[in-house]
Parts: sequence; structure tokens; C-alpha cells
Amino acid sequence: MSFDIGSLLHGSGSVGDLLQLIIPATGETLYMVFASTVLAYLIGLPLGIILVVSSPDHILPNPWVERTLGTVINILRSAPFIILLVALIPFTRSIIGTSVGTTAAIVPLVISAAPFVARVVETSLKEVPYGVIEAALSMGASPKQIIQKVLLPEAKASLILGVAITTISVIGYTAMAGTVGGGGLGDLAIQYGYNRFRTDVMIVTVIILVVIVQIIQSLGTTLARKLTH
Amino acid sequence: MIQIKQLVKKYSSPQGQVMALDDVSLNILPGTIYGIIGLSGAGKSTLVRCLNLLEKPSSGQIIVAGQELTALSSKELRKARQNIGMIFQHFYLLQSRTVSENIAFPLEIAGVPKTEISIRVKELLHLVGLEDKATAYPGQLSGGQKQRVGIARALATKPQVLLCDEATSALDPQTTLSILNLLRDINQKLGLTIVMITHEMKVVKEICTHVAVIHEAHIVENGPVESVFIKPQSDIARQFVSTVFPNDLPVDLLKELATHRDSEIVRIQFLGTRASDPIITDLLRTCEVRANILYGSIDHLRSTLFGTLTLELQGSPEQLKEAQQYLTSRDLKVEVIKREL
Repeated sequence: MSFDIGSLLHGSGSVGDLLQLIIPATGETLYMVFASTVLAYLIGLPLGIILVVSSPDHILPNPWVERTLGTVINILRSAPFIILLVALIPFTRSIIGTSVGTTAAIVPLVISAAPFVARVVETSLKEVPYGVIEAALSMGASPKQIIQKVLLPEAKASLILGVAITTISVIGYTAMAGTVGGGGLGDLAIQYGYNRFRTDVMIVTVIILVVIVQIIQSLGTTLARKLTH
Repeated sequence: MIQIKQLVKKYSSPQGQVMALDDVSLNILPGTIYGIIGLSGAGKSTLVRCLNLLEKPSSGQIIVAGQELTALSSKELRKARQNIGMIFQHFYLLQSRTVSENIAFPLEIAGVPKTEISIRVKELLHLVGLEDKATAYPGQLSGGQKQRVGIARALATKPQVLLCDEATSALDPQTTLSILNLLRDINQKLGLTIVMITHEMKVVKEICTHVAVIHEAHIVENGPVESVFIKPQSDIARQFVSTVFPNDLPVDLLKELATHRDSEIVRIQFLGTRASDPIITDLLRTCEVRANILYGSIDHLRSTLFGTLTLELQGSPEQLKEAQQYLTSRDLKVEVIKREL
């Protein structure tokens, strides 16, 4: 594959042709990334909280819950995403109705990202000094109040950074989701950029991905800094 | 106010069972400032944490304000804890909340309406002298200011008891004094019962009315501060007293004094008004002895004066005996120090 800068401008495809490919693919990527991240947090955040509070010497110690949940999370996290993607096809079909397409790709993305989120959340919540929790206990706070008023608010900055990390790794996974017809920029890069030698497509998709990652990371960092007092 | 009955706390460790508290009983009266002093590892922190059940006793009873905490359900215990404030060595403020919001926190937990919370927070900010820091975050405060927030927060729900777990150990001496003064004011203004855990006798000396000395999981001695300071019964209590009132004479001096004949070394301790009496002059006028002042100090125990004076008295054995009797008759505590090394 030879690199020709001219192809970016007027090579095998016009700029209009390029935009026609890029714009919908960017939309698909953003849709997959944000929908999966939000859903992964809906599942992973409560799991992360349970992991922390059920650990020994925390507010609701429960070795059985902690160990079982921890094991399930480890199993899901050890399965390579590409395997999960294929293995989950029947499951995806049963809830979405199809195993092909952008929406269908969200299912394996969520299943893969949720345990990751649980661990990221766990790490953030464990940063809250236990003394602060004990102070709340000494005031008569209930476990629910401690989670809502101490653990989550005190870990807010760290949780936000976790969201940025999760979102960025989900972007990486969406590229693989392309292989099952998920669409998006990753798919475009493989279909056009690699298989059809469209270097212009390849370069533009990479640039867009870099820009998206940069924006998410700096949003996360700025927000976290604002929340740190 | 607080009764501790046969409290036992054991921990299991890989090396076997560790006794943190062994059959501890104490009765803490309302309005007192009760110091609990011990070396690190003596069990004092465990003891104070048992008083609000942050630490679950292995056996025994804890009764606070007539309520047996050890018999309550977890919901009742949460309610009871609102009557027991606590402050900590490392403050443990919520970093994500301002000073006002930190003080409001226990009130939110107790379900107090918002309008009442803001009134109460203002009162508390005034009480601890932090009106100008209401919107600051803990990260912007000094250690002393953080502990003031801790105190305001602990008092928000108007508890009858305040537990202090090494509350001044992370502060410099001057800040320590200002925090102790604040605690004393609160004790007098609000009639609050305060339990102070510390390893520093000077904290006890400043504000405590009573003290318990804890050593190796046992309370070895307890009572009003004056009696423990003047007449410590145990070695460990004596060591603690000597950290604030050092009265050991230098070894070289003792060696030299040991060669003197017809003399003895006496230590006189006096409290309150006795401190302003001219006892040495009186002694010399009444008895035929000569006195050599070796060491003297005067300080205060809370608000009363507490002094100690070490003298070498010279005279015949009869004269020395007479001098001792005279001093004792003046209501002073006299102790003859052995000269043999």
C-alpha cells in the first residue's frame, strides 16, 4: 500500500465522497460509545458499590457476595472482547432481535464494559478514607446515607476520571464491533481504508478518533480538577 | 452519663486472640471531662470506639444516657449515636463539602428541615469562631480550623456526650491549647460530658476533671485528676505525672547528697491556696532545721495551682521528724525520697 497525500484531496474519491462515508460512521461510533458507556455504568456502578461495601471491614461486610461478584467480574473481564462478541450473538439476537448492526453491537460492548466499570468504580470508592465513613457512622448515618452522601460525593472527581477512561476504552472496542457489522469509524477504517486501500479514509478516521479521545480525556481531567477542593 | 460494665474486647489475629480490653468498668458522671490516658497500644482508642459501638464489644455493657447501647437494634443505635458526638485525630471532614455543609451533614442525616439546618449551622460557626470560613473547603483550612469544624459538626445534633479520640495529637502545642480551651468552654456552656482519649498528660492537666489510666487492656487507676496527680498509685500513672511535673533529681546530685549526714530529702506537693503560703519560712521558724531547695515547680491543674518542691532538710533525726510532722500538719503531701542509689 503506497501512501499518496494527493489521494486525500482528489485521489480515488472526492472530498464529498469521503464525507459521505465519514459522517455517518462518526455518528455510529458516538452512538455506540455513549449508549454503551451509559448502560455499562447503569450496571457497573451499583456492582462497584456492592464490591466496596461488602468487603471485610466496610459498612456491609459480606464475604459471600464479595467473592461471588468478584469472580463473575473477573471471568467476564478475562474473556477477550472479540470472543465475547461472537459468543454473545445468540444472546444479542434474543434481546435486540438481530445480531447485526450498530444497536446490536451495543450488547456485547455493555457486557464487556460493565465489569470493567465495576472495577474502576471500586478503585475510586476505595480511595475514600475509611475514617470519613466512620465519622458518618458515628453520627448515625445509615448504609444508604453513607453511599449517597459520603462515598459517591467524596469520590466524585475520581469517578469522573473513571468515566473518561471507560469511554476511551469503549471507543477501542467499537472498532472491533465493526467485525460483526456494528458500523462506525473502526469498521470504516477496515472496510475502506484497509481492504480497499483508501488511505484517505484510513487517515481521516484515525484523526477523528484521536480528536474524540483527546476531547473526552480533557473534559474528564478538567471536570475532575474542578471537583477537587 | 456513661457506664461501662465489665467491657471485654478481643481481636483474633494470626497469632491467636489479642485482649484489647479486659474487664473494664468505669462510671462517667454528667458534665465531667474524663481523660483516658495510656501508651499506644494500651487499648484506649478501642475503649472510646466501644462507647459509640464503632467497635463491637466482645462482652459487657455500655450505657449512655440511660440507654444500653449494646442491646439496641441497628436502627435504634443510629438514633442513639446522634446523642454522642465524636471528633478524631485526623478530623475526617468531607473534602467535597464546604465548612457549612460539613456542619450541616449530621443534621441532614438526622432529617432536620433545611431552614432549621441553616440556623443551626450559623450558631455552630459562631460557637467555634469560624464565621468567616463558612464557604471554605477543608483543604483550605489549617489543622486547628479543621478540628474546630470537627467539633462544630460533632455538636450539631446537640449531643449530651462528646468523644475525643486523640483530638489534639495532630496539632501543634499552641493550637492544642486553643482547642482544649474551646472544649472546656463548651463543657461549661452546654454541660456536655466529654471523654478524651490521649497519650499526653498535659492534655489531662489542662482540662480534665477525672482521669483513668489504662495499661495493657486494664484500667489501672482512676479518679479525680487532683488525686491521681498528687498520689499516683501505679508506676505507669507516676510516669505519666512525671511527664508534666518532672521531679527526678540528677543522679550526680543524688550521689553527692548521699554523703551528707543528718539530712534527708523530702518532696512536698501542694494544691490550691497552699501554693501561696510561705511554707519554707514557716517551717524554718517553727522547727530547728535547715533547708536546701533542690527543685521546685508550680503549674496549674485545670484552674487550681499545683506545686511541687524538693528540699534537703538538715538536722538531727528528731528535728527532721518534727519538721515532717509540721509539714503534714499544714495539709501538705510529704514524701521522703530514698537516698540509696
